[in-house]
Amino acid sequence: MKKLFFILFFISYFVAKAQDYFPTDKGVKITKSSLYAFTNATIYVTSNKVIKKGTLLIKDGKVVSVGKSVKIPSGTQTVNLNGKTIYPSFIDIYSNFGITKPKRPAGRPRSRQYAANRKGYYWNDHIRPETNPINDFKFDTKNAKKLLNAGFGVINTHLHDGIIRGNGLLIALNPKSSNAYRVLDTKSAQHFSFSKSVKSRQAYPGSRMGAMALLRQVYNDADWYANGGMKNKDMALEAFNNNKNLLQIFETGNHLDALRADKVGDQFGVQYTIVGSGDEYERINDIKATNAKFIIPVNFQNAYDVSNPLLAQQISLRDMRKWNQEPSNLSVLAKNNITFALTTHGLKEVKLFHKNLQKAIKYGFSKEKALAALTTIPAQIIGNNSIGNLNTGSYANFIITSGDVFDSKTTIYENWVQGDKNIISDMNIRDITGNYMLNVNNTNYDLIITGKGAKQKGVLKKGDEKVKSTFSFADDWISINLNENGTYTRMIGKVINSSNVMEGAAFDSANNETRWSASKKVKKDVDKKKSNSKKKDEAIVVLPVTYPNLGFGNYTQPKAENYLIKNVTVWTSEDIGILENTDVLIKDGKIIKVGKNLSVRKAIEIDGTGKHLTAGIVDEHSHIAASAINEGGQNSSAEVTIEDVIDPNDINIYRNISGGTTSAQILHGSANPIGGRSAIIKLKWGENADNMIYDNSPKFIKFALGENVKQSRYQNGVRFPQTRMGVEQMFIDYFTRAKEYDAIKKSGQPYRKDTEMETLSEILNKERFISCHSYVQSEINMLMKVAEKFNFNINTFTHILEGYKVADKMVEHGVGGSTFSDWWAYKYEVNDAIPFNAAIMHNAGVTVAINSDDREMSRRLNQEAAKTVKYGGVSELEAWKMVTINPAKLLHIDDRVGSIKEGKDADVVLWSDHPMSIYAKVEKTFIEGKIYFDRNEDLKKRAAITSEKSRLINMMLNEKLNGGKIQAPKKRKDRNFVCETLEELKN
Amino acid sequence: MMKKILYSLLIFFCIGNSLAQQTPADKQTKDFSIEGATAHLGNGQIIENSLIMVSDGKIVFIGNSMIKIVRRGTIINAKGKHVYPGFIAANASLGLVEIDAVKASDDQEEIGSMNPHIRSLIAYNAESKIIESMRPNGVLMAQITPRGGTISGTSSVMQLDAWNWEDAAIKVDDAIHMNWPGSFTSGRWWLGEDPALKVNKNYIKNINKIKSYFLNAKNYLTSNSSKTHLPYQATKDLFNGIKKLFIHASGQREITDAITICKELGINNIVIVHGEGAEKVSDLLVKNNVPVVLDRPHRNPNNEDDAYDYTYTIAKTLIDKGVLVSLGMEGQMERMNTRNLPFYAGTFAAHGLDKEVALQLLTSNTAKILGIDDFVGTLEVGKDATLFISEGDALDMRTNILSKAFIQGREISLESHQTKLWKRYSNKYKTK
Repeated sequence: MKKLFFILFFISYFVAKAQDYFPTDKGVKITKSSLYAFTNATIYVTSNKVIKKGTLLIKDGKVVSVGKSVKIPSGTQTVNLNGKTIYPSFIDIYSNFGITKPKRPAGRPRSRQYAANRKGYYWNDHIRPETNPINDFKFDTKNAKKLLNAGFGVINTHLHDGIIRGNGLLIALNPKSSNAYRVLDTKSAQHFSFSKSVKSRQAYPGSRMGAMALLRQVYNDADWYANGGMKNKDMALEAFNNNKNLLQIFETGNHLDALRADKVGDQFGVQYTIVGSGDEYERINDIKATNAKFIIPVNFQNAYDVSNPLLAQQISLRDMRKWNQEPSNLSVLAKNNITFALTTHGLKEVKLFHKNLQKAIKYGFSKEKALAALTTIPAQIIGNNSIGNLNTGSYANFIITSGDVFDSKTTIYENWVQGDKNIISDMNIRDITGNYMLNVNNTNYDLIITGKGAKQKGVLKKGDEKVKSTFSFADDWISINLNENGTYTRMIGKVINSSNVMEGAAFDSANNETRWSASKKVKKDVDKKKSNSKKKDEAIVVLPVTYPNLGFGNYTQPKAENYLIKNVTVWTSEDIGILENTDVLIKDGKIIKVGKNLSVRKAIEIDGTGKHLTAGIVDEHSHIAASAINEGGQNSSAEVTIEDVIDPNDINIYRNISGGTTSAQILHGSANPIGGRSAIIKLKWGENADNMIYDNSPKFIKFALGENVKQSRYQNGVRFPQTRMGVEQMFIDYFTRAKEYDAIKKSGQPYRKDTEMETLSEILNKERFISCHSYVQSEINMLMKVAEKFNFNINTFTHILEGYKVADKMVEHGVGGSTFSDWWAYKYEVNDAIPFNAAIMHNAGVTVAINSDDREMSRRLNQEAAKTVKYGGVSELEAWKMVTINPAKLLHIDDRVGSIKEGKDADVVLWSDHPMSIYAKVEKTFIEGKIYFDRNEDLKKRAAITSEKSRLINMMLNEKLNGGKIQAPKKRKDRNFVCETLEELKN
Repeated sequence: MMKKILYSLLIFFCIGNSLAQQTPADKQTKDFSIEGATAHLGNGQIIENSLIMVSDGKIVFIGNSMIKIVRRGTIINAKGKHVYPGFIAANASLGLVEIDAVKASDDQEEIGSMNPHIRSLIAYNAESKIIESMRPNGVLMAQITPRGGTISGTSSVMQLDAWNWEDAAIKVDDAIHMNWPGSFTSGRWWLGEDPALKVNKNYIKNINKIKSYFLNAKNYLTSNSSKTHLPYQATKDLFNGIKKLFIHASGQREITDAITICKELGINNIVIVHGEGAEKVSDLLVKNNVPVVLDRPHRNPNNEDDAYDYTYTIAKTLIDKGVLVSLGMEGQMERMNTRNLPFYAGTFAAHGLDKEVALQLLTSNTAKILGIDDFVGTLEVGKDATLFISEGDALDMRTNILSKAFIQGREISLESHQTKLWKRYSNKYKTK
């Protein structure tokens, strides 16, 4: 009988849902119409339009009318909601619902793959705009249920795979329907990310900056393709062009990536909608300046288990703060009037969504905004005005709740999608929760019933002791089995006439029947709890953000003041040399005056007696403050730039200024002969990436020679070149092509815009300088000859450990050398590296700098300069120039920094001692007249870290004590980027 | 024609020689005296205008040069200069690897995790080009230590001017080195894991492995087993205190565990190497007489929130608390950087340590920790004349310029592969 019922049910179901123009052979054709009215409800028509005691009338999955006085036609099923609340169902526009991400093929490849797998598509396998997930879409009933339970009615999904990922699908979460109805849009958006496809092992791009360069090239190529520039068919570019006018959604992993994505978009007039990460509060002004709309996850981390102090002390302040600050993210975004929708993306489980959202609301996020961020805003972003509201004509997607949907005590009863009912918690189930006094066989028990709907559970207690029992509540019947002293009592009963009393029959072990009853106690305990939780709310403290948001960050950015440094020994790094008992005046970020007995009224005086003042150290070769260093996915990566990946949150910036370094060239690594473009930055601790990069920065690119580029230490190197012979030919090849490219470009003919070729043309046109990683004399000589052949000069050889062998040729060519003071013996090609290199090159007339290539050494380059005094007897004056004016010259920033000279930027360092003495310590570091490091302030910062950490530890202990979830301590490990660091980009 | 051939031969030999190691100096046969220098004794004291007399490889006199005493042998006028005891690098690996990236030149790490029987001196390449580059900076002795595994092996102390390892050794098999487990382990970021360090769930398990290893060794040694067990046999002198156990450990918890567990095992002569966080357990160190061989200060602090100068100030912190401290070399590019040892001490001095106390980290303290203080480590009568003359303060790179250096009274060459190249190419441009 049951079976038959099911079959019948299914038939009727399909009849109802089949498209009406489809033929049927199941019987007579039935056209079903459904008409429902929900009365006596508080109805949120939109997030800010509420109707009290209203009626919602729906027909065939759409809203017919909504209002206070709605005429209900005959034949309408009417549901009296008795004051319950109706909201539009929520929308999540960032999901992978129903689309399984392909798995990466198992096993490790024998060698790196450089070419693409596919033909007829773009040359890079991680660009997959042609992906149309509808072919793979399978409505996932299990996950749909989870989403429905959380109140969602529509989701926007796509295949989360690749950098350009294809189009999105807008799906109504209607398990009872078919794709014929629930697919609302098959081209809802075009999706982007910084993650590679798992379907291909193609090495390029191996970094953030590579991904950014690749995206830019796709835009250029798509244009070229659209204009008929390409002879071949490229189905990826075609799809990309077809999707151009859709909503463009870009997933990012942190706020720096969000800014990076926006930067790429801006360049091509595209405004991405950015999927954020929850840390937007850290740089909210920059986030706001993107003018992007955001999709924000509500994924909060648990407090750390700090009960073991030895383990707890390893947790960084940055990570601890995150726990405290991130629940305020939504509130911060809202206060800054940033338009954003919410997403369940990134949550381990959908059911955490409401819990986390409630936390965010406690942290100041308004419920109105929360509702908007789940309904009207995502609808507006996705461009569909028939979802996210209950206006006439909109989809009948709504939830029925017991009250305020953002309150933890509220029950979501039903979630209607396209006019189909999904029961989440049967609203007809009686709420019997409470504390009862139960009496059976003349014994009293406490019966405590908690939970919601069908999941209401009861526990029997005698005093404080639990009594062994089972409890069930179904179909309005209460059934309790009690086992005390080995004997069973079985009870069955009902609530009497919606009173607070339940009673029924009880059977003892001998099957003797008696009566039992339970009556509800007055709620005293509950009130108590309420007041407790209120207290907790008041205790919410969000610790202030610092810039950057980690230990030693600044609460406010340093301000430029006028400073007069008196009676100090000034190392000018100019011809006038060292000036004793001299005063230096700094004003508006510049060095205004250098002289004796200066006096100025409005300036902060600093006594320099016994101290030394120098120009800030300039490091020609550094890899700090970057999220990526190498793009080794190709033998040339001239298209990438480190400027794209500057990371202002690197503690090494602070440590470097504590050692007197104020400017650095952040170089691409040495994974390939033609590396990426540099970023020349000032180490303005606390500023954002853009503000750290020099204005009108001279253009540089990293080249590299030798063991690294020929992959000498690879087991299976397959990338050309594998020898120094090949390196030469590769350069000639690229420059020849660049020359041809440039000629076409200059001729005014149409051409395919190629960032790589543009960059190389700049070199040929002497607009961009090369800083080349080099070791042995043969290759140094070679590159000079290649450059001469193409009529340009190499600007700098960096490392240049055998420069001393060809110093005369270097002088002749006019190239500078930026070298290590004393490194050698770490690989075969540095076997002849000698610490006298700097001295010999200097004596031969080369402009010599001492560089670090090491985040530790870059905080004591003064000592490395001193080594040239020891090795080879360079004079102290000249030695000091090797870390100040000489690298500034090599970087073409010597008109701004590198010496103490009137008119230059006030990037100066006050030392406790002779700056090249091992005993010298930095007292203050100024950049553009602002003090970014101060020894005394540093001590205060240390104390502040200690006290903030102990405060956070107490908060976390409280969290644990109050039953909050915790996670094991972890220790931060910052990645040490060096020349050879590869592969930063994950799949 | 003949002349040409002769010249080419000459040039050939010059080049050939320039690539070979410096010839080790012969045994001292003639006495000499160094007069007028500031003598830094290595025990915290200074003698200005000093007189040092050396005979048969030993210091036979040290005092003020105003004293009326007959000078022995050649007099070296060192007025205005500085004399130091030869610097000693603890926990170094000179001669075990020549070029880091060339596997064929690498002999520092044996397979297996419990290798007390693996002895560093066997692989010690006395002719290493790196070793000869130590001497111009005053580094004249080093504890050569194998790397890797849990028990890496046995170290020996070498002087840095010798024909072969046998001649180089000044203390054979001085200590066994053990890497203590860490309470945190790395996430494998290259597999997509969070790169952060996670609590090491195997920490106790790893410690128990060490415990049972030593218990088994002890049982083996006391049972007079006739079966050979080379690793266990190598641990013999640990239990009687003849050989030291250098425990490479960092972290408050790790150091505490290492000390208490070794004491329980009956290993009393122990040294902590690395010792990050040792300042928090200084009482325990002092109480148990456990010295610390610190890492180079020229490294980044371990934690983001650490003071930028943590690695510069830790020596002073420990010394102020009464811990015996020395300086070791383990880490990145450790061999080539061993010549910077004096500047590491200089950095400690810059950050609060008295200069002469900082000097002890390379001399008397190290000698004590390595158990060679009866014959080296200070300028004292009866000790080896292993010392050098510097133009100025040897802890400061500007003035660390050696004019002479002696090992056991033998005047050693201060030339190297590097100085030869320097001269060759300086001359190339001069002649132009």
